[in-house]
Amino acid sequence: MQSISEALGLALALVVSGDPDLFEIVRLSLYVSLSATLIACAAGLPLGALLATTRFRGRGAVLVIVNALMGLPPVVVGLFVYLYLSRSGPLGFLGLLYTPTAMIIAQTLLITPIVIALSRQVLEDLNTEYAEQFRSFALSRTQRIQALVWDGRYALLTVALAGFGRAVAEVGAVIIVGGNIDHLTRVMTTAIALETSKGELALALALGVVLMALALAVNTLVYSVRATATRAAYA
Amino acid sequence: MRDMLGYLGTDTKAGLSAFGLRYAVGSKTLIDGLTLHVPDHGIHCLIGPNGAGKSLTLRLLHGLLTADSGDVRWRGEGLSATDRRSQAMVFQKPVLLRRSVAANVDFVLKARRSADPAFRDALLKRVGLAGRNRQPARLLSGGEQQRLALARALAIRPRALFLDEPTASLDPNSARLIEDILCEERHHGTLCILVTHDIGQARRLADSVAFVAKGRIAEHSSTDTFFRAPASKDARAYLSDHLIL
Repeated sequence: MQSISEALGLALALVVSGDPDLFEIVRLSLYVSLSATLIACAAGLPLGALLATTRFRGRGAVLVIVNALMGLPPVVVGLFVYLYLSRSGPLGFLGLLYTPTAMIIAQTLLITPIVIALSRQVLEDLNTEYAEQFRSFALSRTQRIQALVWDGRYALLTVALAGFGRAVAEVGAVIIVGGNIDHLTRVMTTAIALETSKGELALALALGVVLMALALAVNTLVYSVRATATRAAYA
Repeated sequence: MRDMLGYLGTDTKAGLSAFGLRYAVGSKTLIDGLTLHVPDHGIHCLIGPNGAGKSLTLRLLHGLLTADSGDVRWRGEGLSATDRRSQAMVFQKPVLLRRSVAANVDFVLKARRSADPAFRDALLKRVGLAGRNRQPARLLSGGEQQRLALARALAIRPRALFLDEPTASLDPNSARLIEDILCEERHHGTLCILVTHDIGQARRLADSVAFVAKGRIAEHSSTDTFFRAPASKDARAYLSDHLIL
């Protein structure tokens, strides 16, 4: 077991030297989480827009369920995906278990409710403001949704970044469906868990530093986007 | 009650008519058997005290709200989708898209599949916003925002234009510009229905005045007649509390 200061020094050396193992893990993490975020946004934003602009029987129940799903425990999602993708599961024939694809599926399931719920809230607030004007222009539903999504683009970008933040920091689901296999499915969070359990704190800390830097970068980006939008009166 | 239906004897099949409109929220009846007819051109004002139902009436006439009972007709027929698309409304508080000045007008033009930058620029010039195309709409002053909202409404070349206190809390120059544009629209044969608390504005602009009280049209007559000799007790009481310019 290394001391904290020793481990931190080694960690910084790994980051600064561009250690190939470290950056392979970082690359895979970004690939998995960005893919999951893109898919979740492609599916979640239209659903959020639909929920924001449509009134139907049972809508309240749907909203409660979507909001509840925001708090899905990652290990439960991982278990659910594992059961479907395992050899004896209904999708076992696809051979996806312990692949990055399985990890993308798990993270997508985890963050799609977040994207739906937050985008619904953003677009519903905007729709409340625009609704009467849109009715006056006799716009079709498609025209209304397009306008809402475009005008809410900065807030929706924040939603996407929130989803990405949740995905990239998640460990429970990806470790179950990815297996934490070296050079194949090892991502930052699973590597941190493994290295810590082995007492190899340098790599764990180095990955922690990268993860923290990513979190900082995402938050800075969110802040900048919001500030730019506000300055330009688009928020 | 004077000329409640068929203002000045005009043909009810040649304009916008409302027959026995009722609108309630919960157990409270806000519009109570409102009947009104205006020709398909000219400027016609709805005036009355706060809470009388003027803005609700405007929304019912425009089709933003559906009456619990009664009927709105345009040239003798029920409001069709085409009729609705040839109407526009300017709200008291302009609702502008989070886009540039030009993009706000372009949005309406594109929605009508008639994108035309030259027409858009002409409209912006008409409302005194020439050269402001790229400016974010929500950074305009209150008067400029209202003028942009008017330009956007005019972009659909409306047959009927509904205006809910469009000059409320605007500076005199902006108010004057909007009034001038309404006069031009009257000249072009557009029907303008204007809710206003500004008695002077009603006198300057209106061809007829409908006085709304307690969710009904208490009186509807020519502007001159209305201000010279209001027939209803409510209108007399309302006017006696105003400084007539």
